[in-house]
Amino acid sequence: MLKSNSMFIKRWWPAATIIIVFAFAPQLFETFWGRMGMYKLVLLQVFLANVVLAQSYRLMTTTGDWTLCHYILMGMGAYTTAILAKFYGVPFYLTIPVAAICTVAVSFLIALPLSRTIGFAFFIGSFALGEFVRYIWEKLHFPFGGSRGLSNIPRPELGQSGDWYFVDFSSRMDISNLYYGTLILAVFALVLLYRLDTSRFGNAWKSIYSDSELCESIGINVTRYRILIFCVAGFFASLAGSLLAYQWGAIDPDNFGMIEMVYLIIWVVVGGVKTYWGPLIGVASMSLVFELTRPFDEFRPLIFGVILISSLVFMPGGLEVLIPRTTRFFKNLVGTKEVS
Amino acid sequence: MSFLSVKKLSKHFGGLIANNEIDLEVEKGEIRGIIGPNGAGKTTFFNVISGFYQPTSGSVTFKGQNISGKHSSEISKLGVVRTFQRAALFPDFTVLENVVIARHLRANNSLVSAIFGNQKKAEEANVKRSAEIIEFLGLGDEIESLASNLSHGHQRQLGVAMALATEPELLMLDEPVAGMNSGEKAVMVGMVKKIRDEWGVTVLLVEHDMRTVMNLCDRITVIDFGEKLAEGTPDEIKNNDKVIEAYLGADDSVA
Repeated sequence: MLKSNSMFIKRWWPAATIIIVFAFAPQLFETFWGRMGMYKLVLLQVFLANVVLAQSYRLMTTTGDWTLCHYILMGMGAYTTAILAKFYGVPFYLTIPVAAICTVAVSFLIALPLSRTIGFAFFIGSFALGEFVRYIWEKLHFPFGGSRGLSNIPRPELGQSGDWYFVDFSSRMDISNLYYGTLILAVFALVLLYRLDTSRFGNAWKSIYSDSELCESIGINVTRYRILIFCVAGFFASLAGSLLAYQWGAIDPDNFGMIEMVYLIIWVVVGGVKTYWGPLIGVASMSLVFELTRPFDEFRPLIFGVILISSLVFMPGGLEVLIPRTTRFFKNLVGTKEVS
Repeated sequence: MSFLSVKKLSKHFGGLIANNEIDLEVEKGEIRGIIGPNGAGKTTFFNVISGFYQPTSGSVTFKGQNISGKHSSEISKLGVVRTFQRAALFPDFTVLENVVIARHLRANNSLVSAIFGNQKKAEEANVKRSAEIIEFLGLGDEIESLASNLSHGHQRQLGVAMALATEPELLMLDEPVAGMNSGEKAVMVGMVKKIRDEWGVTVLLVEHDMRTVMNLCDRITVIDFGEKLAEGTPDEIKNNDKVIEAYLGADDSVA
């Protein structure tokens, strides 16, 4: 019993530390940067949503299907949330799940024809279907707001001031409550994604990538599993979309375009997709690069292109291959007292 | 009612008739071999029964249930499981993991219970049973090795182990000794016999290697040019004129 407990702690302390650091981020930022801290907090919020998005994309790639319409699925979540909140005044605890359900439905419709294709055809097919959805957003003035999109999306609300459960999300000066909401939802999504990755379904998806014919022969319906993973990935992408819709307060079709999709692919490729931690590292490092290159705005595509190519050439497994190397290095440093 | 019964099964690829109205009856507990010269349509026949191809016409019934035209994964769930000519396995996993995966991919839990439930107990039972299967097939020494590091013979054995892991009633082996040396062949023959004798699994196999087929099978079906040529015990087949003609050519032909 004791042993399993210590194993548990050993496995989870990095994740627990990161969550605790994130939980105290508003205070830390305020101490370091004062009022500028709030701006940095917005970045952190976007980062959390991006992590959920990248992680859901990584799940999608475990079957070997690299889609080009993942941003569209996120956009589905964002648009549904925005429409419900803006036009119908639906509270956030309903918009987020309803948006997720709608996105799953759309994912299913997209996945039906795509599941009949593999490889390059899948890649291009997903691009075409995604652009089709984006075209609808762009052309339909109601309810999607055409190419100018939707603005003035109301902030989430929980109770009136005076209720014991009241949480103030509305303040523009102090966004830490909104930040905590984002953090809770992001951690929830990431834990579910981790459980999925290690579950029987996660194994099935990885085996489909490895040998789909063999999977058929031992009783896995490959087509059904590929549709399922598309819907599951869409569900989590939608959560990220809802978060971003509330954070930005305004969305338009260009937010979910091809360029964003390329950035998503860069995150995942640079981080690696073999383990759960790859996309986390990828998003973290690339967001950092993105912020550091803010002064050279127009050179960003060039910089990211160079990063993508050099990571493919010098580190094809992604940054995640460094994890076992560094842990081994530190273990050697400490000495081999620890018996694994 | 026979165990597996194939009636007038045909498979056409455009104008090419790969299988033409083939009948086959397999009894429970027998080892049945399917042989024939190259390009006779054996593998096509195999693929149609296991659901990888859709039949053009005819029917396949397994234990009274019509399985022709069903999806291959469904057929496998009903207890008809096949192996492949190539060494089909998950190369990044160990032998034990391969068999465990083959087992628990079929577990019937939902997405929600996969995320929230605790499958520790079921998982332990799975691992135990998998180790048992590996031990039974004589792969016990390799249980912790990576599948990609195994020898060809062991990889093919692992393929059979994975098929067995799904607890089939009819095991379909596609050229089980292809590319093996004589030692490995003997091991495989012993293994198949053991599977039938001790676990009562019915075996249907396609094979080129005559010695193996004659040693292993209770009855043999010969296919040539997509049609059934002969059927009988190994001795009957050895002395069947039509079979000899198909393999060696007729008397008057120039060798």
